[in-house]
Amino acid sequence: MKPAQAVLELTGIHKSFPGVKALSDAGLRLYPGEVHTLMGQNGAGKSSLIKVLTGLYTPERGEIRLDGRIVRPRSTREAQALGISTVYQEVNLCPNLSVAENIFIGRHPRRWGRIDWPAMEGQAAALLADMELTLDVRAPLHSLPLSLQQMVAIARALSTQARVLILDEPTSSLDEAAVQSLFALLRRLRAQGMAILFVTHFLDQTYAISDRITVMRQGEREGEYPCSALSRLALVNKMVGAPAPEPCEDLSTERGSTAPPPAPPAASPQERGEAWLQARGLGRRGALQPLDLDLHRGEVLGLCGLLGSGRTETARLLFGADPADSGSLSVAGQRLRLRSPRDAIAAGIAFCSEDRKHEGAILALSVRENIVLALQARAGLRRVLSAAQERELAEGFVRSLGIKTASIDTPIGLLSGGNQQKALLARWLATDPALLILDEPTRGIDVRAKEEIMDHVTALSRRPDGQGMAVLFISSELPEVLRCSDQLLVLRDRRASGEYRRGSLDERSVLAVIAGTDATAPPAALHTPAALELAA
Amino acid sequence: MSATSTSGQAGAGQSLAQALKQRSRAAAFPAQVALGLLVLLWGLGASHYTGFASLQVLLNLLIDNAYLLVLAVGMSLVILSGGIDLSVGSVLALSTMVAAWLLQVAQWPPLAVVAAVLLMGAGFGALMGGLIHGFGLQPFIVTLGGMFLARGLCYLISINSITIEDPLFVALSQTQIPVLGGFISPGALIALLLLALGIALAHWSAFGRTVYALGGNEQSALMMGLNVGRAKVLIYSCSGFCAALAGLLFAFYMLSGYGLHAQGAELDAIAAVVIGGTVLSGGYGYVAGALSGVLVLGLIQTLIAFDGSLSSWWTKIVIGALLFVFCVVQRLLSRRAAS
Amino acid sequence: MSGVDLTQPLRRKRVRAPAPSPAQQPWQRLRHWAGRHALLQPLAALALLLLVAGISVPGFFALELKDGHLYGSLIDILNRAAPLMLAAMGLTLVIATRGIDVSVGAVVAIAGTVAATLVLAQAPLWQALCAALGAALVCGVWNGLLVAGLGLQPIIATLILMVAGRGLAQLCADGQILTVYSPASFFVLGGGYLLGLPVALFVVAAVFIATQLLLRRTALGLFIQAVGINPVAARLAGLRTTALIFLAYVFCSLCAGLAGLMIASNIKSADANNAGLLLELDAILAVTLGGGSLAGGRFSLAGSLVGALIIQTLSYTIYSLGVPPEVNMVVKAIVVFAVCISQSTAFRSKGQP
Repeated sequence: MKPAQAVLELTGIHKSFPGVKALSDAGLRLYPGEVHTLMGQNGAGKSSLIKVLTGLYTPERGEIRLDGRIVRPRSTREAQALGISTVYQEVNLCPNLSVAENIFIGRHPRRWGRIDWPAMEGQAAALLADMELTLDVRAPLHSLPLSLQQMVAIARALSTQARVLILDEPTSSLDEAAVQSLFALLRRLRAQGMAILFVTHFLDQTYAISDRITVMRQGEREGEYPCSALSRLALVNKMVGAPAPEPCEDLSTERGSTAPPPAPPAASPQERGEAWLQARGLGRRGALQPLDLDLHRGEVLGLCGLLGSGRTETARLLFGADPADSGSLSVAGQRLRLRSPRDAIAAGIAFCSEDRKHEGAILALSVRENIVLALQARAGLRRVLSAAQERELAEGFVRSLGIKTASIDTPIGLLSGGNQQKALLARWLATDPALLILDEPTRGIDVRAKEEIMDHVTALSRRPDGQGMAVLFISSELPEVLRCSDQLLVLRDRRASGEYRRGSLDERSVLAVIAGTDATAPPAALHTPAALELAA
Repeated sequence: MSATSTSGQAGAGQSLAQALKQRSRAAAFPAQVALGLLVLLWGLGASHYTGFASLQVLLNLLIDNAYLLVLAVGMSLVILSGGIDLSVGSVLALSTMVAAWLLQVAQWPPLAVVAAVLLMGAGFGALMGGLIHGFGLQPFIVTLGGMFLARGLCYLISINSITIEDPLFVALSQTQIPVLGGFISPGALIALLLLALGIALAHWSAFGRTVYALGGNEQSALMMGLNVGRAKVLIYSCSGFCAALAGLLFAFYMLSGYGLHAQGAELDAIAAVVIGGTVLSGGYGYVAGALSGVLVLGLIQTLIAFDGSLSSWWTKIVIGALLFVFCVVQRLLSRRAAS
Repeated sequence: MSGVDLTQPLRRKRVRAPAPSPAQQPWQRLRHWAGRHALLQPLAALALLLLVAGISVPGFFALELKDGHLYGSLIDILNRAAPLMLAAMGLTLVIATRGIDVSVGAVVAIAGTVAATLVLAQAPLWQALCAALGAALVCGVWNGLLVAGLGLQPIIATLILMVAGRGLAQLCADGQILTVYSPASFFVLGGGYLLGLPVALFVVAAVFIATQLLLRRTALGLFIQAVGINPVAARLAGLRTTALIFLAYVFCSLCAGLAGLMIASNIKSADANNAGLLLELDAILAVTLGGGSLAGGRFSLAGSLVGALIIQTLSYTIYSLGVPPEVNMVVKAIVVFAVCISQSTAFRSKGQP
């Protein structure tokens, strides 16, 4: 039974950066002898909260209590000294040092002033034995597979007499067997009274290991629930935001009396014809299980699923940004081998990345230069457009997409995030692609602008001459995906979970698919009231 | 590779290529290559030239390259931490100049001069380390600036060389310490002692382990709570100290302070460290490799001198070629390990 | 759109484009002088230096025409800065791609030695010049393969040629300083005059104009900046990042080779030991003084030229004042530190997480 006092308690944490509110009134309660999972979508504030706990961020308001005492860790070292140990997704250890040394560095056992290697190795072996692991503690870390490296990281965290163990997305790069051994270890630690904070976005794993779940949304704690009392569907609802009528109503009131027309449907299934791009068994070890994908010109395929379900990985494989380990791609009937993005662009594929700051915008270059970049790159060194034509092209996009910029010569870094995204979209539209992959194109953009963009994209794909674009639309915003897509592909935990035709799903049923409560039930069954009651 | 053993299984059916591939993954492989190269060169010399295969030839190598060994020990620490120090040759020259000036012009007692010079070297290095860490500057540009600063200061003190006539320095220059049937100079002995100190530091002190951690992954070292800033300043300070000590040894050897001393010595030191098995990107290698690297460089020079027909700048070409081979092989190995 | 007033077409046009916010207007005005704004700082520094020189060195600005040649301190500075300007132009592109090339001095020595050797062996001048530039080309290809192909760190890759290059040059020259006496056409590049001004200036101007045309008229300038600012995004936008980086190193070595020919022609000999010694630091300093960022991306070819002039003016002034030339090295080192610190992000964003 739970002791009365939480070992770690955060209340009223506020943290903001210029223009962005990372955490507002966030909180958490952690008890000894439990595995507590922190869940939330991208931008919900999970990693910010962890950074506050580990001393990387200092909150503007709020307090952290450890065993009832107020603490203010200001660096990773201070947090460690307090007993808060963190294991990160990228194993933050030194690959060139031995296992034993990685566990004890900074706290080497000494004898006569020198480091006592035999003692260190002995203690390391004993620690690992407690975790039921037999490793050669003298082996360099890089010789171990990633899952074992993570165990070593946990061993290091444990060796510091930690009271709280934080695991930040530790399973993202692990396979099933490794995950199971990790969970076995966590259960043992839990039985010993350790308080474990587990951050993940894999639903199955959450339900396999958690005692309690805290859901975060938009920088706030949405709620704290015992795992057994929260169904998958309810959890997904809370993370994504229950399909509330408000957004739709707002839209219609802004537009006046006319409700937003639904996007015109694409050709019926019989008229679709051959897929322009066919992917069979496309997969990449550690990133995506092999899946099949068909993209037709004139159609929008929506890809949805929670963060980490493999959406961006799929997009990157289709664009040649990452090499595929398995499977094949064919475009217009021809086999396509993608060695780099250049090959994809030459084949008529365009990719608007979700990480616009690091993978999209060339910040110091102007809006105009960013817009013409891909078009020019495809053409080589010879200028395809005169200076006047470039200006016209850029200004045309500024108008049609509503990019708010002082001029087209302003450095793109000065634009707001949403406008940067629009400029990057313009870059790809300028190449007149046959397939446009959009990864979270409307993140950080206001409601009206979101609709404008998606209508623009949909219109482009619906060109009557049969030369419309094929669009792969990835988004976390379900209403948007449902509104715009002709076909829907749901991903869960790095594999394809189901493909549905437009109109066969509504928002609640999609959430159920994402949550995995309906793994085997056909879509039609979801519409019976009984099934809904069970799921809700 | 199983997690429970480091060395591969020596299966009976394994081909030589496979065995070599597995050995090449061991951390000590580059150092073993250096030793192998050393033995190879020695054998080459001994078989070709009479009088080569004597102990004194080896001891002479140490005597002539004592300063380089000291430089290489300091450079090892810097390169192991993932950085680089291009200023050591210039700091060496500055040390000779400062020592000569203090002895001859300011008439300081020799021991005070030694202390002052060593302090100056350490301080110079600490300054560079502070700039590198404090402003997040790249080591090569800061130490490149330091290189020009030190040489400039050298010439500011005196354009011409200053001969050292201090009796202690002269005595140290001429002393021959008998060892194992041959003789060695005090400078070489000091260099060997420093090497031992460097090895002990790297293996048995927390600072030394932090050096390795920085070279492995600086971000991780920070996250693990190691004091990265202090370590960086200390590392470059050590390198500066070694450069100053090398300058003193050089002064014993040449009995003069001169701005043109040790031109390009930093490149020789880097080459010695790389050939000795330390990876230029940091994290892997041993301080002891400095000795094998220096000996290899010295042997190449001796071989070329013994040969007589090859011009002396072949040394530079061979060193450059060796550096190239080692760097490329290191890079290819690391690319294969990463994939 | 309702309420269109046909008598005021201007207003209709402005409704379409979003008005700049007040905060952006002064910035917009500054940006309007963008091309010159970036060059303003180095030009101001040069002007200041020239002023100081003019005050402290008597007859600094004096120019006289003798035998159809223009003489004077300013001409001397321009002439002596010419090889540095070439090397700085080459290094500008390499630094723009986030790289560095410390082998430029060695390439200078190699080029001069190859040319002198061939000329002394009675080969026609054009052959000697082509061979020298060819040798420089090979050096550039070497560096490019190591950095772009193999992925070696630029400092390490170019360090190899820095070490071995001089040895190669000395091998070629057999350790001698090769003095060239004929043909007289050999001396034109470094010592000749055209229209009253040194030929070297025309060569530098030609290279500058040709390079600037190449960078601006084609998309090369845009591509190099993109690769330097954000190589990941550049690759995803479809740029050939490997080829661009390779080309930068080839160009740098070619410029260094031309500089080597100029120096050899000027001193009428090839000195494998000393030619181009310490040229690397001067060139790097010239690029950073001219506004190029060591972190890659932003670059200015004209700025690098101005930077080279600043360095040369500084040396000349120091020399003319009777101050020992070694002070030069100390001053340069301090300027390197100052420029690096001012460019560092830690300095710029004090107190930000």
